[in-house]
Amino acid sequence: MSPGVFTVYRWELRKLRSQKRTYLGLGAAALVPIIFVVALATRGGGPNDVAFGRYVHDTGLAIPLVLLLFGSVWMFPLITALVAGDIVAAEDRNDTLKTILTRSVERHQVFAGKILATFTYAVAAIAITGVVSLSAGILASGFNSIVSLSGTRISATEGLGLVGASLLVYLIPIVAIACIGLLFSTLFRNSAAAIVGTLMFSLLVQLVGILPGLEGLGPYLLSTQFNAWQGLLRSPIDWAPIVRALWVCALYGIPALVAAGLVFLRRDVAGD
Amino acid sequence: MTAPAPIEVRGLCKSYGELVAVDDVDLTVEAGDVFGYLGPNGAGKTTSLRMMLGLIVPSAGSVRLFGRDPQVSVKALAGVAGFVEAPSFYPYLNGRTNLDLFAALDGGDARERIVEALEIVGLSHRAKDKVGTYSHGMRQRLGIAASLLRRPRLLLLDEPATGLDPGGMRDMRDLIRNLSGQGMTVLLSSHLLTEVEELCNRVAIVREGRVAYQGSLAELRRQAGSGYLLRTTDDERARQVAEAQAGIGEVQIRAESGLTFSAESESAVGALSLALAESGTLALELSPRHATLEDLFFRLTEGEEAGAAPRPDRALEGAT
Ligand SMILES: Nc1ncnc2c1ncn2[C@@H]1O[C@H](COP(=O)(O)OP(=O)(O)OP(=O)(O)O)[C@@H](O)[C@H]1O
Ligand SMILES: [Mg+2]
Repeated sequence: MSPGVFTVYRWELRKLRSQKRTYLGLGAAALVPIIFVVALATRGGGPNDVAFGRYVHDTGLAIPLVLLLFGSVWMFPLITALVAGDIVAAEDRNDTLKTILTRSVERHQVFAGKILATFTYAVAAIAITGVVSLSAGILASGFNSIVSLSGTRISATEGLGLVGASLLVYLIPIVAIACIGLLFSTLFRNSAAAIVGTLMFSLLVQLVGILPGLEGLGPYLLSTQFNAWQGLLRSPIDWAPIVRALWVCALYGIPALVAAGLVFLRRDVAGD
Repeated sequence: MTAPAPIEVRGLCKSYGELVAVDDVDLTVEAGDVFGYLGPNGAGKTTSLRMMLGLIVPSAGSVRLFGRDPQVSVKALAGVAGFVEAPSFYPYLNGRTNLDLFAALDGGDARERIVEALEIVGLSHRAKDKVGTYSHGMRQRLGIAASLLRRPRLLLLDEPATGLDPGGMRDMRDLIRNLSGQGMTVLLSSHLLTEVEELCNRVAIVREGRVAYQGSLAELRRQAGSGYLLRTTDDERARQVAEAQAGIGEVQIRAESGLTFSAESESAVGALSLALAESGTLALELSPRHATLEDLFFRLTEGEEAGAAPRPDRALEGAT
């Protein structure tokens, strides 16, 4: 069998499994929910000012939802950028592009493999946060029904399904952030710069939304898409923000990926 | 139809802004050659090799490997292996895993050759250690092993002996000789003339991106020519005598002492010694002198213009 995207993908995952930064990111994704639940349990009270904040002591289902809200500012973008910003730049750091590009895989296959590996990591990070926060939350606050944003009560099992679906919807802007990270990683050829750049980008677009006169842009900002999952927790389900998240994130992510791909395909591998 | 040559380079150029790193290089490496690509630091050897491997885009010109263009597809690298500058690896993976990775990217039965390749370069006992902990020479060896996985018909090596200890250099040379003996074509860049002399049948000598000489080593030796060295009690007087003498040419005063000349025959040399004695100039030393390739190499790579050495006699003439 001749090697291709899948070969690269498999080995990119293998490389991620051998790097500390992967465990740093995934570790944070697991640790933050635990710390959050422990703090809630020991200190009592709760974040009453955010959606579902009132219910953190009533049901474990509220825990992942509150974390999604808090995490969107910088935690999940950072966890994503940690790998997305590094995956191309690392080849520049180790000067290994010349090594892998003189084997039998084309540049576009190498790039595609890297994209897939980055997405896989992002999915893993969100999945870990989901599983850990649900488990810890249910242990601490029980597996009980939850009140939707429309005020209706949702059974625990149905709520569990909706939390799972919310995590999936949350992945849409996360993947867009990953694309931005890949672009910066390809452009800057330096992982620290790419990680900081990605984080800055995600923070700056949040700020655009509060500039006077630009409030109208709000629904189309990348940061807003981190709230799209809330549509699932209304009754009836409001699909509009989710549909919008899909195309808005595509508008951020696809051009970034295309630009990164073009740069990667054409660049000189000259060790500079 | 004859099979396309392993390497055919035509009009290859690469500029970085004002700097022309590779300037209109034509190169043909025939099957079975061990081709020396010789030049001083910054001559453009690595840059040329990068273009041959498809790593950088030429500013102009073309490369064909077995008739295929490495700029178009990595398929042109089928049967081709090598590395530029120091070979590089994933430092957090061990040697064996790095080779596993490359073999996966090579496809075919590359994987089955890993053990043998590690054996050939003498790294089997360290294969389980992270490459980050390898010494420079060990990485160099691992680079060769990584190349062998592809069972290449053409091997491109960029100063492979750099940083190796004497034993390592000898092993490297033995290996190249051995591979060449098995029918592999090798392009070897080097700034060591002795290395090229020992291994290569053909050379290109480059300076400042341009090829100053290309051809067989035997032809280069012939061009280096041979001559005579003469030291006398009065070199300036000796020069006048020698220049007036039939069958004697290319008289040059050397910077240190004495002069060099070429002679049509030994009897012309004998006649010169007689003429010198008659003029009252006493010969202190008169010996045949084989210009080394080294001289020619420096003349080709350091002269004011390609092929022309600065000539002390001209400087003298200018002064008088
Ligand atoms: N990426 C780059 N950007 C700018 N200039 C470059 C780049 N790569 C090479 N050069 C320049 O091109 C010239 C040739 O460099 P190259 O590395 O090909 O030389 P070399 O013959 O391999 O030298 P050495 O024997 O020292 O390895 C040098 O002047 C170098 O500074
Ligand atoms: Mg070099």
